[in-house]
Amino acid sequence: MILIGVLIAIFGACIICAIRAVLGPTAPDRVVAVDAIVALMTASLVLLGIYYNSSIYLDVALVYAFLAFLGTLAIAKYLEGRGLET
Amino acid sequence: MIELIAYILLGIGPACALIGAMGIVRFPDVYNRIHANTVVVVGGAILTMIGAGILGGLNIFTIKAIVIATFLFLTSPVSAHAIARAAHRSGVKLWRRSVVDKLKEEKS
Repeated sequence: MILIGVLIAIFGACIICAIRAVLGPTAPDRVVAVDAIVALMTASLVLLGIYYNSSIYLDVALVYAFLAFLGTLAIAKYLEGRGLET
Repeated sequence: MIELIAYILLGIGPACALIGAMGIVRFPDVYNRIHANTVVVVGGAILTMIGAGILGGLNIFTIKAIVIATFLFLTSPVSAHAIARAAHRSGVKLWRRSVVDKLKEEKS
């Protein structure tokens, strides 16, 4: 029961972050907001895995965190605008 | 005893997530919002994961949750630093009441 309350609070925090992702003035603002949403979604996947007593959610959470990290680094290199060498 | 620790962590985690989300909305520029992003990741996500992992006693879920939390804890500063450097190099202005910009002094 406490896990459902924690999930609702985390989804509320995701919606508040999505406000900044929609109306952020520059591109790094949106990247920061989406990065926070990804971290909260990883936490909610772990909570769902504990709630349903199923181990596959935690594997999905690990892969999701890894791909989000790679995507953030790729977007940062793209915004820097100097190619991928340095 | 371990359930009490789990309940305390599950209470602190969503509170930190909500406070950090409000910080992301209300802070004035990108570099301050990265600071609020750290509150969301470390305070919100990692404490919630560890609290949920130790809620039903110590088992395989605890180990997997701690592995994911360690991964987030190690990769969050790297991505924050990359975004901050990219923002500074692509010309995002600081807030008008910021007092010092060491990276700009270094480059000039």
